Amino acid sequence: MEQTLILTGNQAAALAAKLCRVQVIAAYPITPQSKIPEVLSEYVERGELKAEFVRVESEHSAMGVCISASLVGARVFTATAANGLAYMHEQLHWAAGARLPIVMPVANRGLGAPWTILNDMQDSIAQRDTGWMQFYCQDNQQILDQVILAYRVAEQLLIPIMVCFDGFRLSHTMMPVSIPSQEQVDAFLPAFQPPYLLDPERPVNINPVVMTDPIADPQGNLCPGYMGFRRRLQEDLEAALPVVVEASTAFEKAFGRCYQDPLYRYQTEDADFLFVTMGSLSSEASETVDLLRDEGIKAGVVGLRVFRPFPAEILSQAVQRANCLAVIEKAISYGYEGALNTELKAALFSHNGHRPTIFNYVVGLGGKDVKPADLVESAHETLHAAQNGTRQEHPRWLGREV
Amino acid sequence: MATAILDLPEQEFVMPGTRTCAGCGLPIAYRYILKALGPKTIVTLPACCLTILHGIYPKTPIAVNAVNNTFASTAASASGLAAGLKATGQDDYTVLAMAGDGGTFDMGIQALSGAAERETNFIYVCYDNEAYMNTGVQRSSATPTGAFTTTTPVIPKEQPKKDFIQIMEAHHPAYLATTCSSYPGDLYNKFVKAKSIKGTRFVHLAIPCPAGWLFPTKDTIKIGRLAVETGVVVLYEVENGVLQLTGKTLSLARSGRRRPVEEYLKLQGRFKKILPEQMESFQQQIDLRWEQLLGRAGF
Ligand SMILES: Cc1ncc(C[n+]2csc(CCOP(=O)(O)OP(=O)(O)O)c2C)c(N)n1
Ligand SMILES: [Mg+2]
Repeated sequence: MEQTLILTGNQAAALAAKLCRVQVIAAYPITPQSKIPEVLSEYVERGELKAEFVRVESEHSAMGVCISASLVGARVFTATAANGLAYMHEQLHWAAGARLPIVMPVANRGLGAPWTILNDMQDSIAQRDTGWMQFYCQDNQQILDQVILAYRVAEQLLIPIMVCFDGFRLSHTMMPVSIPSQEQVDAFLPAFQPPYLLDPERPVNINPVVMTDPIADPQGNLCPGYMGFRRRLQEDLEAALPVVVEASTAFEKAFGRCYQDPLYRYQTEDADFLFVTMGSLSSEASETVDLLRDEGIKAGVVGLRVFRPFPAEILSQAVQRANCLAVIEKAISYGYEGALNTELKAALFSHNGHRPTIFNYVVGLGGKDVKPADLVESAHETLHAAQNGTRQEHPRWLGREV
Repeated sequence: MATAILDLPEQEFVMPGTRTCAGCGLPIAYRYILKALGPKTIVTLPACCLTILHGIYPKTPIAVNAVNNTFASTAASASGLAAGLKATGQDDYTVLAMAGDGGTFDMGIQALSGAAERETNFIYVCYDNEAYMNTGVQRSSATPTGAFTTTTPVIPKEQPKKDFIQIMEAHHPAYLATTCSSYPGDLYNKFVKAKSIKGTRFVHLAIPCPAGWLFPTKDTIKIGRLAVETGVVVLYEVENGVLQLTGKTLSLARSGRRRPVEEYLKLQGRFKKILPEQMESFQQQIDLRWEQLLGRAGF
């Protein structure tokens, strides 16, 4: 039976892992995700979840445990944030390179120095190029749903997935979450079928040294060189969006909630002006859109739910009608601009050559409140620039005090 | 009694065609380790000379399943294998983690300490060739005083070798042993024993390296034997806090005929600039440790 519970984002993530019957969990405390391993420890110690819980001494080891447990066929889980995610960096490449379907919630938090424990997205955006897929959630229902969906997609593609959500704003905020029954989840997500099984009669050397150029095996078949392996990962990521859509269609059939569109869209049909953003900022932007519409501005929101693989074509189409875009980001590639801004412009260049006025806003770093007034101001500024034909040199920081 | 060579299992898991340097002690030891552990072994290894031994894709001379992992995470990988095999009902595999001195004394210490404290069920072997050999003979914390390396190229290493075995003993593993590639019988017995015990088992394996220690490739066995005969390497095992000397070390302890360290040092080019006072302090360190270990063994 489905039921509705009032849960924090962390509780939703932990409950999702339990519903997915994860078999090996390895996690390390870091605010704001620590509650996830705490809740899972409780499930395991109470016998409600049959899993090996490895209380590792670091995030590097958490991912190390997940990698090797996944290699021998277990469904594995970890969660982290900020410095913990940065500490895993080497292992993230290894996990994706080894094609392991690991699912990892990331409760987005700013990175030191200086220390902050509060929310922004610098941590996961900085892991963009590790070969992981990245999903971004807008509310706690999505956290639960996306973890379940992520296992199905990851195990089909053999590509690991980060399920990212805003630290504190979602991780620590209680919301009603509709919880599917175990039977429903079991039907949607059968037990993990690893692509090969260990066999002492046919031993393998997994993740060995590979050469630059292909080498023939003893039967004379040419085996890939390093670039061959890398290219396969890229090709599979290029072809991943339809797999997400297909899994989402099955998800809708099973649970009634619909994620086929990699974009969240609000009031976009007739919009001249769009906020383009990610995560819980999509909700804040939607409220601002209501204010702007009261002013007579035809505003809307496009929020990316899937950031890797980048839904370039769908995004280009989604913003095609608008001649004015404000890209609102909680992360920056220092020395240039927000990654989403750069990627959106590149997508437009490649897909339809549409050249709207685009202004990039850096907001909410280290937990800074994103006020509707700030977003209204960004909309006015962008619209004004569109009228004057002015372009933006550098991203503008909103809410910066001193 | 050490198992006689002729009594070892015939099945081979290290096939001809390994890519190690001529005279490397590693394949010698690895051959007997795998004979002791058998086909249902899964080994995890970081970047090190063992990676080279395991060959280049798509070929490998190693006939057990193997997982390569990042330099710092051998023990984490072994923890993952142990957990994953248990969770999927394949726990009749022996998990063998095997890393060099750099991957253990230096970068791997955090993951190994964590896994040992968690009493993870695996055998961890640190094969110690006393430097980062795979990357070109750079100094590690296992490099002894007085040795040249490519990062102590002018002034030989001044600090003594880290006493890592003591660090591991402080974790109270289920089984701890030291051995050397020049004594296959001793080595084999220890791995047979390790396999029969559950929990964290740690083996320190001394491996001479002609390319890094600068001695003729024909002398690998001889150098390893000298290491034991001089007491630079002491063969023993510890179970439940009880230390027992084994093999050649035991007969040396009984006979009292330990050779001077100089005999071991002078055959290796890496010690060619060792100062007389360094040599003396080296001998003193070895003597001190010898007395301590023999004392613990009841001599
Ligand atoms: C994070 C990281 N840093 C550095 C390296 C480079 N590296 C590869 S092998 C190695 C040295 C290995 O030394 P040791 O563990 O003693 O094994 P040996 O090569 O002597 O067998 C180093 C430094 C690496 N692979 N990963
Ligand atoms: Mg070494």
